[in-house]
Amino acid sequence: MKTLRAELHVHTVLSPCAELEMLPPLIVQTALDQGIHWIAITDHNATANIAAVQKAALGTPLTIIPGMELQTREEVHNLCLFDTLEQAELFQNWVNQHLPDLENQPDYFGEQLVVDEAGDFIRREPRLLITSADLSIEQACQKVHQLDGVFIPAHVNRKAFGLLANLGLIPEDLNADALEISRHLKPSQALQQFPQLKSFPLIQSGDVHRLEEFIGVNQFNVEAPTIAELRKALQHQDGRSHRILSLTT
Amino acid sequence: MNIQQVIDQLELTVLTEPKDFQSIQPSAGYTSDLLSCVMAGAAHGSIWVTLQAHGNIVAVAALLEITAVIITEGAMPDPATINKANQEGVTLLSTPRSSFEIIGRLWEMGLRA
Repeated sequence: MKTLRAELHVHTVLSPCAELEMLPPLIVQTALDQGIHWIAITDHNATANIAAVQKAALGTPLTIIPGMELQTREEVHNLCLFDTLEQAELFQNWVNQHLPDLENQPDYFGEQLVVDEAGDFIRREPRLLITSADLSIEQACQKVHQLDGVFIPAHVNRKAFGLLANLGLIPEDLNADALEISRHLKPSQALQQFPQLKSFPLIQSGDVHRLEEFIGVNQFNVEAPTIAELRKALQHQDGRSHRILSLTT
Repeated sequence: MNIQQVIDQLELTVLTEPKDFQSIQPSAGYTSDLLSCVMAGAAHGSIWVTLQAHGNIVAVAALLEITAVIITEGAMPDPATINKANQEGVTLLSTPRSSFEIIGRLWEMGLRA
């Protein structure tokens, strides 16, 4: 069994709100410098930079799993995590059918850049990514599970795009694998403020939009950094486990 | 003012089972699409105007004894949500018009916050 620190919510320059420093080699280097060995790339409604980060991590002890931070109809953000690029691309195709055909306004929202493993410019993504797909949170969760992924509503405590602010309570029939809390509060505070969180495993993320935002406080005991192991660790099954380390900053 | 008058004058579609809407009088009006704000801000017995059609609107409306939820811009709750509303006795009304227009008309009819 391995003990791995994970950061499961990392943006790249494809997300208009991410800093221009969120380039594959810098993401890989920063994670490694901080002793983080497992990250998920989760751009807003998009997956086009994942392969580049995976290539940048080749030959290093860092595992990159594909993901997306999907914004559903209720304006709730959700982490959708997968094992393979193929799964992520199938998911992307489905999401694309439900995204509005709007153009990004870089001056207002920020640039959406697709880059290679060296961080060099390939193209601009013209479609507006930071908007809601016309899908309910339940539909999204179901689709992620069909594709054998893990579904985690993001920063549920946050006022903007958080599940609890927008939907008031955790939907009864939402089959989420875990809930994510933001970096701004301790898990104990989150449970105190929102007692409903007790019925789900919790993870905590840096929601990394700039390099200094890696926190890597999710500590997993798993055989390997895979979705199946992640699921077991969240449920504390078969000797796998997960805990949130306390933030020292 | 009663709910039947609101349904008639605003040409709303009743999504849930009919009730004696003439006998139901809203206490006030409220609008927000953030359900946490509704839970904190809507008065008991209000009419609530929202374009949020997620199933949680029923739980929030039941909690606050909302007299009717007007769902705007043609947003459509799924059948499970409508069933749950019927079980909870929550009235769901629908309109293709915007929240702004519906609220303006409710105000003209004399409803206040």
